[in-house]
Amino acid sequence: METAEEITKEAAVIETVSEEKVKYTVETEGLTVSFKGREAINDINIKIRANTVTSIIGPSGCGKSTFLRSLNFMHDLTPGAKVKGTIKIHNKNIDEYDMTEVRRRVGMVFQKPNPFPTMNIYDNVVAGIIMNKGKKRNELNEIVEQSLELAGLWEEVKDRLKVSAMALSGGQQQRLCIARTLAVNPEIILFDEPTSALDPISTSKIEETLFHLKNKYTIVIVTHNMQQAARVSDYTAYFFLGKLIEYARTRTIFTSPREKLTEDYVTGRFG
Amino acid sequence: MNKEITVGIKEIKARKKLSDLFFENLTLVFALMIIVLVVFIIYEMFMDSKLSREIFGFGFIFSQDWNPVKDKFGALTFVYGTLISSIIALAISLPVSIGVAVYLSELAANVFKTAISFLIEILAAIPSIVYGFWGIFVLAPFMRTTVQPFLQSTLGFLPIFQGNAVGFGLLTAGIILAIMVTPIITAITRDVLKAIPTSQREAAYALGATKWEAIKMALLNAKGGILGATVLGLGRAVGETMAVTMVIGNKAQIKASLFEPSYSMASVIANEFAEASGGLHISSLIEVGLILFAVTFIINSFARLLIYSFTRKTEAK
Repeated sequence: METAEEITKEAAVIETVSEEKVKYTVETEGLTVSFKGREAINDINIKIRANTVTSIIGPSGCGKSTFLRSLNFMHDLTPGAKVKGTIKIHNKNIDEYDMTEVRRRVGMVFQKPNPFPTMNIYDNVVAGIIMNKGKKRNELNEIVEQSLELAGLWEEVKDRLKVSAMALSGGQQQRLCIARTLAVNPEIILFDEPTSALDPISTSKIEETLFHLKNKYTIVIVTHNMQQAARVSDYTAYFFLGKLIEYARTRTIFTSPREKLTEDYVTGRFG
Repeated sequence: MNKEITVGIKEIKARKKLSDLFFENLTLVFALMIIVLVVFIIYEMFMDSKLSREIFGFGFIFSQDWNPVKDKFGALTFVYGTLISSIIALAISLPVSIGVAVYLSELAANVFKTAISFLIEILAAIPSIVYGFWGIFVLAPFMRTTVQPFLQSTLGFLPIFQGNAVGFGLLTAGIILAIMVTPIITAITRDVLKAIPTSQREAAYALGATKWEAIKMALLNAKGGILGATVLGLGRAVGETMAVTMVIGNKAQIKASLFEPSYSMASVIANEFAEASGGLHISSLIEVGLILFAVTFIINSFARLLIYSFTRKTEAK
């Protein structure tokens, strides 16, 4: 029986043949995260390819979100959280970056849409840029248009950019949050169950957005919805009880997984 | 058989209704008592100040003349003393309160948080006469020997820091008030900040915010609530009687210098009511009370409105 890591390596080999040189944006080695001594994920080794959508699936409590949140230092905000092991972004250890720089380069979209309620649509999009560094007004206008366009929201809001973000529907708010993340020009975008609070139409719009985004960004998405993983992602990682069980091309995971555990999960036998 | 049962249920229903009705009306009476009380207080003050209102009219609010011997009365000096001492209080207390609240809600370790929160509640519970004593024996001498000479030597070119350093005056009253309103503003601001959902903080951090930027974001979110807290603190400062009376100097005058003794609305009522000579004097004091009531009423309504609009906005999420 092969371990997940070996499969990863093998997949990498296949990739190398077709693309000559594989670029990994995120690599983790022995990543272990514990909360007040209780381990949520244990010894995760994964290499995530540039310009792909990688989805993380698994039953509730398997550590998907914990894994995702460790990639941009979000655990620093949780008292009692401890992160061990190494995370590399662009071949550089995450500890060598400034924390705010990591968070800027690794954007995150959350489960529940969380636009800034006191700000209008325009200010929401530029909030991150203004924090990071000052930009000229016309530059900002351009970034707002581009970001909203990429997030698939521009047509719907271009005439009312000064309206409060709270006036938008849930799906629109989520796309606004995507635009806000895009505006700071990250390289990697983490999506933590971005559609679980949304209706099917909003969900499909966001999935469409994800598809466009991978040309420019590396995307990691945690999802409860296996159909979604199958639809949007190139690679899929299956987590179970804090371990990475299997990591391979999405097609392989859903059609001929190597692990029995994976097969049971994707065929709906449990989870 | 069936009929009997129906009758039984009906009886129960009727009985239950009666007890419900009784309870409903009983609580209604209690609630109405509050309204009656407020209306009655306003009515009483309005009627008892009739004499003063008829003689001085609206000029009462704008006249500086307060002379019981000559039966001349005007409230401007007291309105001035109350407002200026309260504004000084807010100017000092607001930055401190926001700083403490930010520390408590965003930065402090748990043990420290509990300890400081507890001490803040204690501060709020100290009787104002105790603050007054402390003001007379500690703060006023300290102001006279240290703070006021220092301000005069550094910022003495400003008219507000000129004049005699006596220790008792507007500035001292403002500082005492600042200490008294700080717990209120701190507690409310802390609660407003705590009410901001974690998702908002995470949103800011995920965009690469530093701690300071994330806190700025939280403060921006909470601005309505903080404004409400400020206005509630202002309401407290405006109405505070004992501590102010003990340190403000009790002299009905309007002077540019903050070192000069002054007088507040609440203080003049407390000092003069017992020995008021004529009907007009009493009536004028009651009118001062009416103005004080109106000012606090407006301030409090304004604060409620702000806090209400703030909480509604966050709930909409």
